[in-house]
Amino acid sequence: MSADNPAKLGLRLSGTFSYNERPLFSDLMLELLPGSWTCLLGSSGIGKSTLLRLLAGLETGGSFSGSISASDKLPLDGRVAYMAQSDLLLPWLTVQQNVSLGATLRKEPLNNEKIDYLIRKVGLEDYISNKPGELSGGMRQRCALARTLMENTPLVLLDEPFSALDPFTRRQMQALSYSTLKQRTVLLVTHDLAEALRLGARIYAMTQDKLEQFDLPACQSIRELDDPNMLDIQSRIFSILNA
Amino acid sequence: MKSKSNSFSLIRVWEILFAGLFMILIWQAVVWTTKVESFILPAPLAVANAFISQFSLIWHHTLITAIEVLVGLVLGVVAGILTALNLTISKRGRQFIMPALVISQTIPVFALAPLLTLWLGYGLASKIAMAVLIVYFPVTSTFLDGLSNTPKGYLDLAHTMRSPNRSTLMQIRVPAAIPSLTSGIRLAAVYAPIGAVIGEWVGASNGLGYLMLLANGRVKIDLMFAALVALCVLTVTIRAIVGLLCNRLEKWSGLSERN
Repeated sequence: MSADNPAKLGLRLSGTFSYNERPLFSDLMLELLPGSWTCLLGSSGIGKSTLLRLLAGLETGGSFSGSISASDKLPLDGRVAYMAQSDLLLPWLTVQQNVSLGATLRKEPLNNEKIDYLIRKVGLEDYISNKPGELSGGMRQRCALARTLMENTPLVLLDEPFSALDPFTRRQMQALSYSTLKQRTVLLVTHDLAEALRLGARIYAMTQDKLEQFDLPACQSIRELDDPNMLDIQSRIFSILNA
Repeated sequence: MKSKSNSFSLIRVWEILFAGLFMILIWQAVVWTTKVESFILPAPLAVANAFISQFSLIWHHTLITAIEVLVGLVLGVVAGILTALNLTISKRGRQFIMPALVISQTIPVFALAPLLTLWLGYGLASKIAMAVLIVYFPVTSTFLDGLSNTPKGYLDLAHTMRSPNRSTLMQIRVPAAIPSLTSGIRLAAVYAPIGAVIGEWVGASNGLGYLMLLANGRVKIDLMFAALVALCVLTVTIRAIVGLLCNRLEKWSGLSERN
């Protein structure tokens, strides 16, 4: 399915953001690698989600001065898919209707072949007519993933999408997301260092006054964390976040 | 899930029947112990007698009141829904109409009954108008409240999906507001008979309110009580049917905690 892989897109955000004149972050620079995962780490309230919301064009409640630019110089509008901590499935719609929500809202014709393909891909083919209330947490998140993929956007923003899942389901979801979002430019906001190390090609550690960048060795699949290099990066990030 | 909700409603029916029986027993006990005159408080049996002997009369007036209540309820709910939708779409509407709506609520609907009778006559129209007026505000305000409190995450999602405002309203905000709307409609089902009966008290030639006044004037207190019982049964029945429809709607929306 060629339409399943949109062109790779790089992204750069630089600028200052403040709430009521009080800066949340200043002179910050974040660069997303085209076609790979960038993870944004940091403690709660540091501004990770705000950064992600800025990129998604969502309401942030503060003011941003700076620039957000895509590598192809075109506006980002309509090229971003968003997946949040809660799955945001609409409880009155079936799995199939939730997956095709974007097209329904925009009154576009439904691509049933693609909907079925994506639902199979996330393993929900037996639950096509079920409503979210009848699904487990992991299944719901898989449905949300299929909905995100259905949008077929080059940029995918994930705001702690796995944090509400149990460790086992979380690992499964990470693997599934990693394989299905291949070739997309992904920004994953998380406070789980292990998750960032497993998935990220680049990791940003966000603290009160800076954004530290770590580029990780290229990897075809999800990384295992017992590699000595990884342990070294892990301890460096830890010391930055704890400082 | 289903059997649970069925047994739940069965328990409710028994509870209501038991409560009714209990009230009748207390009523009978009061009549026995106080030896109150029957033109002040007739015994339950006398009321039952009046109910049976004058059933066709009571039935005729019950039907009239039922029509007023149902038409008033439907029109009031529809008007409330349309107003809430319009206020949600139009910011200017909220600025101008909302304060007017709130101020209008300071006028007791009862005080409007004579005016409505004057304007709309002694027929069904003035009673339906009363029922509409009394139903309209709770439906409008609860639905508007629901429409303005759509979970933020849903709206974020719609935004990133480039959903037109109208789609977001109809596909997300309206379904998400169903629990608020149904709580308004449940209230409306109980209020509507009040509106219709007040209308009948002020001026009518038909309906249970009219029958109660007529019976009162002729000191047929047993008939008056029988009409009151008919009104209670009518209200409880309408409330039960509306409740079932609301449950169904909530179940569809997946937002129900009741089922």
